[in-house]
Amino acid sequence: MKALFLSLFLLMSTIAPTAAAETAPDVLVREISDKVLEVIRNDSALRAGDTREAVKAIETIVLPHFDFRRMTMLAVGRDWRDATPEQREQLMDAFYLLLVRTYSNALTQYRDQTIAFRPLRMSPGDTTVRVQSEVRQPGGQPVQVDYSLQKAEDGWKIFDIVVAGVSLVTNYRGTFAQEIRAGGIDGLIRSLESRNRELAESRGQS
Amino acid sequence: MTKTGPTVPSSMIVAVLVCAALVLGGCASRLHNPDDPLERYNRAMFAFNENVDKVLIKPVGQVYDAVTPRPVRIGVGNFFSNLGDVWIGFNNMLQGKVGDGLSDWMRFAFNSTWGILGLLDIASEAGLPKHDEDFGQTLAVWGVGEGPFVVLPFFGPRTLRDTAALPLDVAADNVWGVDHVRTRNSLTGVRIAHNRANLLGLERTLDEGTIDRYAYARDFYLQQRRFKVSDGNVPLEYEDFDNGASLLPLGTGTDTLARAAVGYIELVDPTAIQHRMSPNP
Repeated sequence: MKALFLSLFLLMSTIAPTAAAETAPDVLVREISDKVLEVIRNDSALRAGDTREAVKAIETIVLPHFDFRRMTMLAVGRDWRDATPEQREQLMDAFYLLLVRTYSNALTQYRDQTIAFRPLRMSPGDTTVRVQSEVRQPGGQPVQVDYSLQKAEDGWKIFDIVVAGVSLVTNYRGTFAQEIRAGGIDGLIRSLESRNRELAESRGQS
Repeated sequence: MTKTGPTVPSSMIVAVLVCAALVLGGCASRLHNPDDPLERYNRAMFAFNENVDKVLIKPVGQVYDAVTPRPVRIGVGNFFSNLGDVWIGFNNMLQGKVGDGLSDWMRFAFNSTWGILGLLDIASEAGLPKHDEDFGQTLAVWGVGEGPFVVLPFFGPRTLRDTAALPLDVAADNVWGVDHVRTRNSLTGVRIAHNRANLLGLERTLDEGTIDRYAYARDFYLQQRRFKVSDGNVPLEYEDFDNGASLLPLGTGTDTLARAAVGYIELVDPTAIQHRMSPNP
């Protein structure tokens, strides 16, 4: 009997992800953040600044729900239109590494904050929504963290995180535009790639 | 650190700096960034501030971070936050947000008494939220434009408008208003150490997440500033660079409609231009 329940439970838990395509955006963000918090709490190396385990966790928990193409497009801005498909691929790869590093570094800062979600404001036909949350910390001001999501065929995808009013994606636009002015789209790709290489090497030494 | 009020000297310093910034900015025009006319001066001052930070302020913050236990740190944060609430409330009043202003002053009254001189933030728990206001934001609400981005020595990034507001913000600051010089200096020192310690973790993000620290910090500051001025009511808009220039406001049911409309305009536009440019009479 126990085994039957167990197998039923397992069956249900395997069915659940396929049904998750219809998960509401706020539920999705909450689930992701719960899982990430759990990883952080159990990862003592992360607190000491070692992000290797956290990066792995992010790649499996968080990144499948991100729309990297859209993120890269928003970071690059209008020059995206002039980029060839190959350049776009290269930009996406390089920006991906930059964002994963930023995100995992940010996680090392987690101590005893709590996250509160605001009720979702959304009309039935919306394809773009903003999920709003507030990170509260003792002795400090609460920080508003918003997630912008867009509906895709395989569920809602996050394409921006806005911290205290600052879009972590479009905030790159000024820097990127400056690189493109100086060396074209290939110049930007080179800068991003060399920055990634530099940090990978310094990470390897330490 | 003399006994004279800080208003006059600091406003003079600021005036001199603004002039210097404008003069230096004149020769920076060839950098072609229309949003940052003072870029050359700003980059130099940004580098100067980073050096000051490296040799002086960051080590102090690190020591503070190492020696203060968590409860002490939370108390210190609450203490300075409480002192700020009077001026925050005043600015809310000046901006016509009377309810918020009263709430800030009530916070100060509660926390200064029941909260043991502000060491505990009981007002937040009682449902009076902490606000973030300063005179720069008040000027913005009154219609003053932000002006160019300026990096001030020691104070760091500002807009020209916030630079103009800075002397008042400093003069109204409760810590600077303390008459006893040694108390004032110790409080200022602790506050700098506390604030710097809070930023220790973030700099790695700035270090590793960017290819140009200055440009990233500038854009971050400006975005955050605009967010604060509007009290968080900035409509988030995302352009779509795949299908032409469409500005889609978030969270509206008319999303798809707007996209279709913009797509229509995009389709119409090129032909209109072609007609105008066609060589046929």
